[in-house]
Order: sequence, then structure tokens, then C-alpha cells
Amino acid sequence: MHAVPLEHILFVSTALFFIGMFGLFTRRNLITILMSIELTLNSVNINFIAFNKYLYPEKLDGVFFTIFIITIAAAEAAVAIAIIINLYRSHKSIDVEAAAELKF
Amino acid sequence: MNAAAIIFYAISALILGAGILAVTSRKIFRSAIWLLASLVGVAALYFWMQVEFIAAVQIIVYVGGIVVLIIFSIFLTHQSGQDLPKPILKRTIFSGLAALLGLGFSYNLIREYGFQPTTIPFTPTVSDIGTQMLSPTEYGYVLPFEVVSMLLLAAMIGCIVIAMKPPSETITIQSIPAQDPVKGKINIKEPEMMEEL
Repeated sequence: MHAVPLEHILFVSTALFFIGMFGLFTRRNLITILMSIELTLNSVNINFIAFNKYLYPEKLDGVFFTIFIITIAAAEAAVAIAIIINLYRSHKSIDVEAAAELKF
Repeated sequence: MNAAAIIFYAISALILGAGILAVTSRKIFRSAIWLLASLVGVAALYFWMQVEFIAAVQIIVYVGGIVVLIIFSIFLTHQSGQDLPKPILKRTIFSGLAALLGLGFSYNLIREYGFQPTTIPFTPTVSDIGTQMLSPTEYGYVLPFEVVSMLLLAAMIGCIVIAMKPPSETITIQSIPAQDPVKGKINIKEPEMMEEL
């Protein structure tokens, strides 16, 4: 039998998701917003692995989804940081309020 | 409560505590370090669930890649040591309220769903993962694998193109300053920006 019920792992991932959402709501700096998004993506990964381990242990699909999410998160972080550095060059600030116009 | 459960609750406390500090810390560099602690906690949780391959990938990609990238970008875009501006109190209160209500509703749904966990042991080996990842049969993942490799290539080229400095036309524009006043202004500002970067 499992040492910890599935609901407790799901509570950890749900709490991590809403911590990331809280950061997304309160932060006004692009790098800290990116950190909140990373926390949110990690909570989703915990969910996939936990469901795979507890409910479908004979399959591997949760593991594959986690690998692909990690890959896409890495690509997304790299592109976001390139955009942030470019924004800092043109606006001298990475506050979201400073990037108000939608043109180059 | 046995040792495995105690270890799980300790890891959970690390993940959630470091996560809360990462989104509330006023110094951005400390915030990045707390994010690092939280991601290491998630990797420890994967080790606890006996998916060692995913734990290794988590440490390599997140701790070794993304957090280092975030720290570099903090150094490139901030006067480090400077505090972030204090968030508006009303916004903090309502965001916290929204997050707590969302957590309450979601956990209520999860608790009442009634999952039926099986007792079959979950022991994925790296060779299983590799075989199914590159298998072109019905449940193989070779097509997503190729698509995600194309995505990584596109992201890499896109990063280089976006973050590349615009080709320096400073000399040509300075020689004809009256022609394009806006461009001239940007290019005059550029040398002092480069010193800060």
C-alpha cells in the first residue's frame, strides 16, 4: 500500500499552482512573473507523475508528458528572457507597466 | 506514520515554504534563490516517487539551466541589491483571497472525487522510457519527440534573433543626424546603455 494517499500529493501540487497564481497577480516585474510561471508548470508536472504512479502504474504516459512539458518550459524561459533583455534595452525598465505600447 | 510519510511531508513543506518566499520576497535575487530551493524540492519529490529519470531531468534542466538563465538576466537588467517596489496592499489582499479561494474549491473537488489507487508497483526503467519514446508504433512518442526537437531549434534561433543587438548604424546616422531624428535619439542613447549592460 502507498505510504501517502494521492490526495496529499495533489494538495501539494494545487497549493504550488495557486502560489504561482498569487505571484502572477501581485508581481509587476517581468522576471518575477516568469518565476511564478515556472512554479505553476512544476505543479502540473507533479500532478502528471502522481497520477501515473497511483492510478496507471503499468503505463508511462505521465512521464512522457512531464518530459515534454519540461522541454517546452525551457524553450519558453529562453525566449522570454530574450524578450526581457530586448525590452530592457529599449525601455530601460522591465516593469510590465512600462511596456504599455504594442509596437516596436 | 512511517518514515516515507515523514519524508514526504518534509519535502512538501520545503516546496511550499520556498515557493511562498519566492513569490513574496522583495529582493529579486533572493527570490531567484528561493525558486531554486523550491525546484530542488520538486526534484526530491520525484526521487521520493521513484521516478529517478524525471528527477535527474528536473535538476539538469531547471536547476542547471533555467534558474541560471534567470540569475543571468537579473544581473543584466537590474542594479542588484535594489529592493522591488512595494506591492499595493489592496492588490495583495485580493490576490491572496483569490488564491486561497481557488485552493479551497480545487482541493474540495479533489477530496470528494474518490480516486481509486491501484497497488501495482510503479517501476519505470530508463530503457522502458527510451524504447517507448522512440517507438514508431501505435503508443510510441516518436512524432512528438521530433516536433519538440523542431520547437527547441526554433526557440534557439528565435532567442538569438530577438536578443541580438541591432546592427550598429551609429556612424552612418551620426553623419546625417537631421534625416531621422527619432533614430538618431535612440542611437545617441546607446553608448551609455552599453556601459550599464
